[in-house]
Amino acid sequence: MTDFSEILQIVGLSILVSGTSTLIGSVVGVPLGVLVALRKFRGRNFVRTVAFTFYGFPPVLAGLLVFLILSRGGPLGFLGFLFTPIGMILAQSVIVMPIVMGITISAMMTVEKRLHDTSLALGANERQWRTTALHDARVGVFTAVMVGFGRAISEVGTVLIVGGNIRGQTRVLTTAIVLEISQAHYLEATIFGIILFVIAFAVFAFLQRLQAKGVV
Amino acid sequence: MSAAPLSLEGIHKSFGTKPVLRGLDAEVQAGEIFSIVGPSGAGKTTALRLLDLLDSPDAGRITFHGKSYPIRSPESLAQRRRMVLVMQNPTVFRATAFENVAYGLWLRGVPDAELRGRVFAGLDFVGLLEAAKESAEKLSGGEQQRIAFARAAVLNPEILLLDEFTANLDPFNVRLLEQSILRYRHETGCTVVIVTHNLFQAKRLADRVALLLDGRFVEVAPAADFFEHPVRPETRAFLSGEMAY
Repeated sequence: MTDFSEILQIVGLSILVSGTSTLIGSVVGVPLGVLVALRKFRGRNFVRTVAFTFYGFPPVLAGLLVFLILSRGGPLGFLGFLFTPIGMILAQSVIVMPIVMGITISAMMTVEKRLHDTSLALGANERQWRTTALHDARVGVFTAVMVGFGRAISEVGTVLIVGGNIRGQTRVLTTAIVLEISQAHYLEATIFGIILFVIAFAVFAFLQRLQAKGVV
Repeated sequence: MSAAPLSLEGIHKSFGTKPVLRGLDAEVQAGEIFSIVGPSGAGKTTALRLLDLLDSPDAGRITFHGKSYPIRSPESLAQRRRMVLVMQNPTVFRATAFENVAYGLWLRGVPDAELRGRVFAGLDFVGLLEAAKESAEKLSGGEQQRIAFARAAVLNPEILLLDEFTANLDPFNVRLLEQSILRYRHETGCTVVIVTHNLFQAKRLADRVALLLDGRFVEVAPAADFFEHPVRPETRAFLSGEMAY
């Protein structure tokens, strides 16, 4: 059975891991998406295709990849991040980044098609055009971050492989649900499910409120 | 005598293997309204994009007061900022009407106090002062095109390029925009190039009219002569609606 303090710890770790990985994925994914969408360079279409392929990258594969990199024999094994929240954050960032990047590319390309000539015709230089495009695509970019967070908070395979679902250390809401179901603790699993839903709802409601107020 | 503000000399432009412009020659005089008419697909919009330095010709020269500018050079940006192109479909930024009209001034680093004054004057000019705080995307097509015109006009361009700027608009907005253009030219002495396939509009607005057919100007003449006494048989066929294209 899981006590209240443990539930709080699981909820806290879920928010910390998902929030941090969304932040990292967005900090990397948004600028890369802008760059790929707006910069004309050799092989741009190939990079776009790769980005969209990773958009649908299977989480279990991402988990395996990060596991191999962080395991004792792996290139970053000496850091000791395997079965730690840091390792889980890294793994989820690998999942979130392509999603944020892919949606950002789509949003920016739509804006480019619609506004590029208008912006230049009004006297924008390339730097000013990029700023304009990012500003105009802000709702799309914001959606990218929201979808990234949604993917992170609901992710189970990656965190299970890299985190190990260790009680009091790397257990998050999704892995706790899997564990409770495997032990036939359906009530506990349902409670965790409701908590997960409420957190996701609260975060999205807050973000949508920001959007409605014109903050983004 | 100073060179014409805008001159095209032997302009050629192809897209892939398809030639669109095949030797375009014209001189646009300071302060005139020069209208380019012609059937769809004749290359009118392509010509206007070249004039606005958004694209470069395959051959030939476009000069502004006798000087030409390589596209994407700092000098071409400076020249681009002395003119404005208003596109066929009203494209507004995801922002208020005020912010849309302010855009070009912001790009040029106009101080805030001056910017506000010019934007409100621009909105007033097109009768949309009360819409300043409204989202431009929520305005009607006609109002959005008036915003696009105000956005261009506040920049005090030396050359104003208008691409089918009243296509798909209702008669009220067409009349309002046409009046705005005539008033604006009268007040500023701005040179205006209008691309249209609306012959009535060309007749109402233009000082001179050029017929663009198969990538060439087949006739360039003062508006009265062009419509009343066309010289070329192609012009007569185009005006009478006998030309199939």
